Amino acid sequence: MALTARRQVLETEPLATAKTAKVAAHGVTVFYADKQALEDVSMDIRGHEVTALIGPSGCGKSTFLRCMNRMNDTIAICRVEGEILVDGVDIYGPGVDVVHLRARIGMVFQKPNPFPKSIFENVAYGPRIHGLAENKVALDDIVETSLRRAGLWDEVKDRLNEAGTGLSGGQQQRLCIARAIAVSPEVILMDEPCSALDPIATARIEELIDELREKYTIVIVTHSMQQAARVSQRTAFFHLGVLVEQGDTEQIFTNPVEKRTQDYITGRIG
Amino acid sequence: MSKWAAPTGVSLADCAQARLRGRYRAERRFRYCGIAAICLALGMLGVLFATILAQGLPVLTQTQIGLDVAFAPGILDPDGTGEAETLARADYRKLARNALRTVIPEASGRRDKRALAKMLSIGAEEELRDAVLADPTLVGQTKRIWLTAGADFDALNKGTIARTGAESDRRLSDKQIAWFDALDANGQVRRAFNSRFFTAGDSREPELAGVLGAVVGTLYALAITLLLAFPLGVMAAVYLEEFAPKNRWTGIVEVNINNLAAVPSIVFGLLGLAVFLNFFGLPRSAPLVGGMVLALMTLPTIIIAARASLKAVPPSIREAALGIGASPMQTVTHHVLPLAMPGILTGTIIGMARALGETAPLLMIGMVAFIADIPSRVTDPASVLPVQVFLWADAPERAFAERTAAAILVLLTVLVAMNLSAVILRKKFERRW
Amino acid sequence: MNLLTLTTALLVLAALAYRVGQRRALRLRTDQRLAALPSHYGAYVALWCGLPAAALLVLWLIGESQIVRLLVVGALPAESQGLAPAQLDLVLDEVARIAAGTNLFEDDSLAAAAARYSALRGISDLAKAVVVMAAAVAGLVAGQHLVVARLRARDAVERLVRGALMAASTMAILGTIGIVASMLLETIRFFQQVSPLAFFTGLEWSPQTAIRADQVGSSGAFGAIPVFAGTAMITLIAMIVAVPIGLMAAIHTAEYASPRARAIIKPLLEVLAGIPTVVYGFFAALTVGPTLRRLGDTIGLDVASESALAAGLVMGVMIIPFVSSLSDDVINAVPQALRDGAYALGSTQSEVIVRVVLPAALHGIVGAVLLAVSRAIGETMIVVMAAGLAANLSANPLQATTTVTVQIATLLVGDQVFDSAKTLAAFALGMVLFMATLGLNIIALRVVTRYRQAYE
Repeated sequence: MALTARRQVLETEPLATAKTAKVAAHGVTVFYADKQALEDVSMDIRGHEVTALIGPSGCGKSTFLRCMNRMNDTIAICRVEGEILVDGVDIYGPGVDVVHLRARIGMVFQKPNPFPKSIFENVAYGPRIHGLAENKVALDDIVETSLRRAGLWDEVKDRLNEAGTGLSGGQQQRLCIARAIAVSPEVILMDEPCSALDPIATARIEELIDELREKYTIVIVTHSMQQAARVSQRTAFFHLGVLVEQGDTEQIFTNPVEKRTQDYITGRIG
Repeated sequence: MSKWAAPTGVSLADCAQARLRGRYRAERRFRYCGIAAICLALGMLGVLFATILAQGLPVLTQTQIGLDVAFAPGILDPDGTGEAETLARADYRKLARNALRTVIPEASGRRDKRALAKMLSIGAEEELRDAVLADPTLVGQTKRIWLTAGADFDALNKGTIARTGAESDRRLSDKQIAWFDALDANGQVRRAFNSRFFTAGDSREPELAGVLGAVVGTLYALAITLLLAFPLGVMAAVYLEEFAPKNRWTGIVEVNINNLAAVPSIVFGLLGLAVFLNFFGLPRSAPLVGGMVLALMTLPTIIIAARASLKAVPPSIREAALGIGASPMQTVTHHVLPLAMPGILTGTIIGMARALGETAPLLMIGMVAFIADIPSRVTDPASVLPVQVFLWADAPERAFAERTAAAILVLLTVLVAMNLSAVILRKKFERRW
Repeated sequence: MNLLTLTTALLVLAALAYRVGQRRALRLRTDQRLAALPSHYGAYVALWCGLPAAALLVLWLIGESQIVRLLVVGALPAESQGLAPAQLDLVLDEVARIAAGTNLFEDDSLAAAAARYSALRGISDLAKAVVVMAAAVAGLVAGQHLVVARLRARDAVERLVRGALMAASTMAILGTIGIVASMLLETIRFFQQVSPLAFFTGLEWSPQTAIRADQVGSSGAFGAIPVFAGTAMITLIAMIVAVPIGLMAAIHTAEYASPRARAIIKPLLEVLAGIPTVVYGFFAALTVGPTLRRLGDTIGLDVASESALAAGLVMGVMIIPFVSSLSDDVINAVPQALRDGAYALGSTQSEVIVRVVLPAALHGIVGAVLLAVSRAIGETMIVVMAAGLAANLSANPLQATTTVTVQIATLLVGDQVFDSAKTLAAFALGMVLFMATLGLNIIALRVVTRYRQAYE
């Protein structure tokens, strides 16, 4: 009964700016074996904005994020229903090349996970497998640009051949961001990118996210409401596998429509 | 008196005290049992190694007898042609015996002469021939040449056979011993490094037998094993760990691999005999077939080890690669497999070490034949080290028992080297995630 | 052209095909967007070039000897042509040896066949080379024409690699099928000659079959009970040695030993497991056997130089590390909370171990012992070298005895007529051995799994 009530609320909401949506999800439902993780989620993600997905642990926000570049495909028991359109094309439709999709929609993970290779190789790997650079000069160029955009160039330019795993946590995460943007994605998905970092490193990443917005569409899952408030333009609140409310970040944090959203941001649930 | 008191009227404290001493004694006994068990096991290991070392090490040296050989032209080259072919065919046995008789003239009768001839190995003739062929100017000269002693005299020199006791029970008569002692006193007996043991193939004569044939056979067989089992094992492990859907078929394959790992090795020999030899008609006694049988035995070990080390690569690496659009195959070949490789190699070395020591299945496919030649192809008949050990252990001559121990030492040295390299590999590339 | 040259030529051609595909893709890239990297197109063409040709080569190699054989039989002398298949094989081997020039004796009657054999081999070799290389070139051309910008070369190549990976994983199944099939066929043939009842209940084992009909003792008796009994006795002796020592050693290393002692003792015990069994066999036959015999002499017992005791003792030593390392794992897996409970009641350490830890670990230890038994049953070299061949049905461990594995080894070593009951008996014994060890392993795994579930 509660579920149907929630759905009604969602339907009464205006479908925000469907035309400019970079990513549009319609009725996305996810099962892990028999367990339902996400129920009928529909939302639009606009281009060149930062969209934050918030909610308590296990609410399905990470699951939804991983649906957008089909990383859930790697989990055998995972089943996805509904459709997710990127630029109007359903990524779960037939004939979609998952590999190409993931090149267009990059991802940064919760724990920094650089390859145990050199810094250069970490960034160069993506362009190499996608054939983005025709020669060494072009590849060097891509690596430098990506590292610059990730705000890491000045710190690592003298030690590109050292292991990426030798960097500090915050640097590693920026290296992972550089690695993601090296293949020129259109959307970058970030799954709690700062949860393993200290406050100073977190601040750097948050600054970076704001800068990256200019070129990329960013979706970020975060545990921290302050972070969502700081970096995002749009916010969506998930609870128990359901998208409870979505809207402009300012509106969500100052004047939420839903009682549960209100309860969460004031710390009463979660 | 409360109901808590001991029934005999002694207080609980006293009772427990008395029992406690007994309990501590039992505790000590138990501990000693454990220590004794370990000492017993390690003691056996020690005895085993000591026996083998004691028996095998003397083989490192070989007794040689220095004789002033007169390279008589009458025997070597009666026509004076000086051709290599004539020299190669000459009667070197006569040459050797003449040299012996000049040193020990008192050996006269037929029986004495025969007993004297035993002092030199049959191989001495070859040594003389090689000396002449290498330097034809020797003909006509008299020169001291060191020749390989017969097996019994070698043992006498090393003190491994009895000098006293009833003459009929001994391998050598008093007379033979006296001759040998006379030579020894003359400085005509020495012990030299036994290079023949490492450079010759098998022989019926213990003093001429070497392990090189078996070592080469082993190398061929292990090369085949490695070539077959390593790629197949790694490929199977990659499939099962990274790509296989979790279904019934995969389950059957996994159960099968575990069962195959537990099948007695001799059963693999039966398989080799029935399938490789009788069905496919591959040659008997060949390292090729031996390697194939061993590959089948090693496969489960490699698969299990490779799966374990693939599993140890953290999923975050896979996610990272997939997240920037690498295909699953690229993820595995570019990232997961290289990271798992040290572990896979360690497992492979351990599997190969086990294959190296395996004997039973090779008996089944006919690798027990006496083969003196050193194999030059994988389809040539050959022996392998453990089978050589088995064959020599079976030989009646005592001298072969020593060679067996020495061959075991060679085998164990290779095994230790392999296991050490596995340990070093593991230590060096061990990665904590 | 021999096989090595042909294979090398094929590889070179495939490498060339790789370059061709890559070049073509690079050319296409100047004005179109490619669906894969140039190297993928290279691999694609290389596979087109190499795979069909390699498959053809394998088929040819399998079929070749059979076809040549058929054709050579026609050139044999008339009396040879009518021979039974097994003898015909021998003649044909001889022909092959004459053709190769490695025959020891000249046999002019086979000269024609040998000449024919050489000629056919030559033709076949040439034809093989031509056909395979033609297939490779055709594949190269075809593959190269298939390269267009839209082609998803990476997908195609990866699908193929995935198929190869899957095929590799089925090798284990093929191995099992091979074992079961080869032994089952021979076993069935054996039981056509000797009734299963006689095999499983007979008390006399003397697997000689007559070479001449009038030979003494030519009947051959295939009652396997003495063989099974010998196996059981040696296994029992080995277990009497290995289980107490292995278990006590495991208890000591797991419960008493300091970490440093543990770090020394465990690898040393593992060394025992790494020694090849033929070395143990040597030790049993040349050291333990004679020692036991001398000991027997001094106390007035008649000990055979090849005795069940010597083989069993040494086998026990070999199995100690097996029991100890498995038991060690099991004992370590017993939760500390159980021990704490017993200590809190004032138990000494040995009481905790005997009353609490061992009962809790019992399942796992039983599993370990079962695995060790299966190992002992299947062990061959020690018994071959130290236990003897005589199939005595006796409970005296000081006598020579024989085991299943010894019989398999001795029946099949050396040249045998493959169809005789004697050789087939070895396969029947092998089948029994295979089933027994498999059964023990399955039971052991069940027992251990149940134990694990109890504490997870």
